[in-house]
Amino acid sequence: MLTLNVNGVDRSLDVDPATPLLWVLRDTIGLTGTKYGCGMALCGACTVHLDGQPVRSCITQVGTVGTAKVTTIEGLSPDRSHPVQRAWIELDVPQCGYCQSGQIMSASALLAQTPRPTDADIDAAMAGNICRCGTYQRIRAAIHRAAELGGETQP
Amino acid sequence: MSAPGGHQEALSRRDFLKTSAVGLGGLVLAIDLAGCSKPGSRPGATSVVTTNAWLRIGTDNSITFLCDRSEMGQGVYTGLVTIFAEELGVDPARIAVEFAPAGPAYVNALLGGQITGGSTSVRDAWTRLRTAGAQARELLKTAAAREWDTSASACRVENGEVISPFGKRLSYGAVATAAAALPVPADVALKPATAFQWIGREGRRLDTPAKVDGSAIYGIDVTLPGMLYAALAQPPMLGGKAKSVDDAAARAMPGVRDVVTTTSGIAVVADSWWQARQGRDALRIEWDGSASAGLNDGAILRGLRQAAAKSGIVARKEGDAEGALKAAARVVRAEYELPLLAHATMEPQVCTAHVQASSCDVYVPTQTQGAAQAVAAAAAGLEPAQVKVHTTFLGGGFGRRLDVDFIPAAVEASKATGKPVKLLWTREDDITHDTYRPPAYDTVAGGFDRDGNLVAWKLHLTGPSITARVFPGAVPAGAVDPFAIEAAANYPYDVPNVLVDWVPHEVGLDVGYWRSVSHALNCFVAESFMDELALAAGRDPAAFRRALLAKQPRYREVLDVALRRSGYDKPAAAGRFRGIAVMEGYDTYMAQVAEISIEDGKVKVHRIVCALDCGQTINPTIVVAQVESAILFGLSAALWGEINVQGGRVQQSNFHDYRVVRMNEVPAIETYVVGSDNPPGGIGEPATALVAPAICNAIHAATKRRLRSLPVKRHNLA
Ligand code: FES
Ligand code: FES
Repeated sequence: MLTLNVNGVDRSLDVDPATPLLWVLRDTIGLTGTKYGCGMALCGACTVHLDGQPVRSCITQVGTVGTAKVTTIEGLSPDRSHPVQRAWIELDVPQCGYCQSGQIMSASALLAQTPRPTDADIDAAMAGNICRCGTYQRIRAAIHRAAELGGETQP
Repeated sequence: MSAPGGHQEALSRRDFLKTSAVGLGGLVLAIDLAGCSKPGSRPGATSVVTTNAWLRIGTDNSITFLCDRSEMGQGVYTGLVTIFAEELGVDPARIAVEFAPAGPAYVNALLGGQITGGSTSVRDAWTRLRTAGAQARELLKTAAAREWDTSASACRVENGEVISPFGKRLSYGAVATAAAALPVPADVALKPATAFQWIGREGRRLDTPAKVDGSAIYGIDVTLPGMLYAALAQPPMLGGKAKSVDDAAARAMPGVRDVVTTTSGIAVVADSWWQARQGRDALRIEWDGSASAGLNDGAILRGLRQAAAKSGIVARKEGDAEGALKAAARVVRAEYELPLLAHATMEPQVCTAHVQASSCDVYVPTQTQGAAQAVAAAAAGLEPAQVKVHTTFLGGGFGRRLDVDFIPAAVEASKATGKPVKLLWTREDDITHDTYRPPAYDTVAGGFDRDGNLVAWKLHLTGPSITARVFPGAVPAGAVDPFAIEAAANYPYDVPNVLVDWVPHEVGLDVGYWRSVSHALNCFVAESFMDELALAAGRDPAAFRRALLAKQPRYREVLDVALRRSGYDKPAAAGRFRGIAVMEGYDTYMAQVAEISIEDGKVKVHRIVCALDCGQTINPTIVVAQVESAILFGLSAALWGEINVQGGRVQQSNFHDYRVVRMNEVPAIETYVVGSDNPPGGIGEPATALVAPAICNAIHAATKRRLRSLPVKRHNLA
């Protein structure tokens, strides 16, 4: 048994500690918003936060998470009110949408660290997140927009 | 109006919807919606009425559109409801959307099946869905008019309500039951474009909210009570077979419930997918790869070249191109070749199946519900009518999910275990077991007369037929596969002698439809070669094309807009070079200007300007998004895309060796939509095809090197 704090809730789980966090979130806990795209830290579809830091859950063994707080797309906000989600809606970013949980988690971690990111900051923070639909232009614009929205709500 | 069978299936999709289907003049009445918290159900709705295969109205005035095309990013979830809603007279934003089941009402008239592909969804729906929406509206008006003892023509509708001449109002929900009992009007007037309230306006995508909070359900997310998970060991060599399987170690692993031999490999079924995958990796399988042992890139290309010596099946013939080439004062010839490509949808292939004694449910991200139903039925040993297809959101399609090869194994695993089974491929499975974009080997020739006029053009295409593989029998011997000659047979330039022919040649592996299909193959050849001809004639590539497009106003206009917007009349900045490409595909006319530089022997794409005329637009923001998307899809392919085969084994396996564009590599993309009153053209695919020729033409401008094969990374540009 190990204990995992996911989206503010402590959960006791009977899983092999070597299991990637991704599959514990998806198959054991039932939080399917976090996606599988490559399993090798190449695509970013599985990005979640550990204590606010973006990590690739596909290569993070659940046993190594310890007491770090896990945040998934479902826990980013209860009502799509996070500035990144609001900006994503405003600019209609998603196409197929499959990569977008990971994109949003990477973007929200970037903005937490760097409230006014430059294009170079965005390149650096987002280059690990593939979007096969090619929504990158809108992602970039939406990150800038989220920075404005975040500035409005968190002076 | 659609066939009655379609109505019934539309209703039977959800098991919680207990239907009491009564055919009434082509209408179906469904009642008794059990309280249930599945997505899409509406608390408080006690009865639901449908007036056709796409529409359900609740007595609580909830309105649901059954979307009969698959949402894979291209926007049908928003676009089709907008088309329908325009005539129904309801703001699309207040309509709930569900995916339709398999059914005859939903056949795509442009493709002959319930298929989402070929950028046909809007073109096919344009008249069909507006008519269906208008018929439903008229029924609702008539029902309301009877309540008021007035005539339907005196009433009007406004956002889900019928309004009487005296301003009385009845909601659609209030009159839906009565409307469903009325005969469907045969002739309905459709709105003129000038009266459109929602079509052509900026409207939000209806699927965005569910795609920013993790709640959208893709194939990989389907969860059923008691469901098991499966991972599949497929032969590492194409067409391989398992000679022997030792599953003792796999069966002993935690969580593993069963090991099932399926028609496409050995499935390990477990309590979680990770356990299934660990179990799969513990299988000891001896494979027989003799079927494809000799298959490799060199052999494929040699085979194509040999086949190209044959004369082809004529796809377009005007004048006498062969004769004119012989008589020409000057002839330019070239050979082009294109590699295999994978689709690499972001969501790997996945299917969840639940086989029971006399039914089978498949939950699947598919572009082809009819074929999904057929293969699931065959795998389950049932009739197609016993199979319900539940379409999820698709994590990308790009043509990959027009194939149904990933469905039977899930069904077989469910049948063998008696449980619902979700079978998910790994990314490696996906790249190594794709249905690949076909390779091509093409020769092309142009002839000038003594005055420098282009008088002959001949394109000789050689490659496998996708359609013959996916739809056996659909391409009779001696006929061209229409999906092999796109952007070739419609060569737009004013040349008196034109010949396009095609030699079908199978290459020993499964080829599939890949975003823009043969447009991407043939546009690369035709538009690169137009540059070769222009330069041979000592002309500017843009001026050369413009002159030959004098009789093609739609082509010429998009070219002119792209030239103007790219600043083509002024020299590019130092170190920057431009290349252009022009094409019509899917009834959309398009021109692109790419601007590049060469840095350390590598091409850097700075900017792509795209002008297009896609006729009537439904949702302008989705049009622009699709152009950006298609351009980046084409950019990945042009710069890096290739699948290599050695000894029957696909060499690439994941995103480290099948490279796709990332955030830091995205050029500026500018899209200019040229308005026109023509019927809608397709927009999901065409922009992909112009990218490679535009870039390669720019590379020639920069380096004087003509790239006649892709991807660009094969060529050292230093
Ligand atoms: S699935 Fe984890 S980075 Fe791709
Ligand atoms: S929206 Fe489809 S992969 Fe990003």
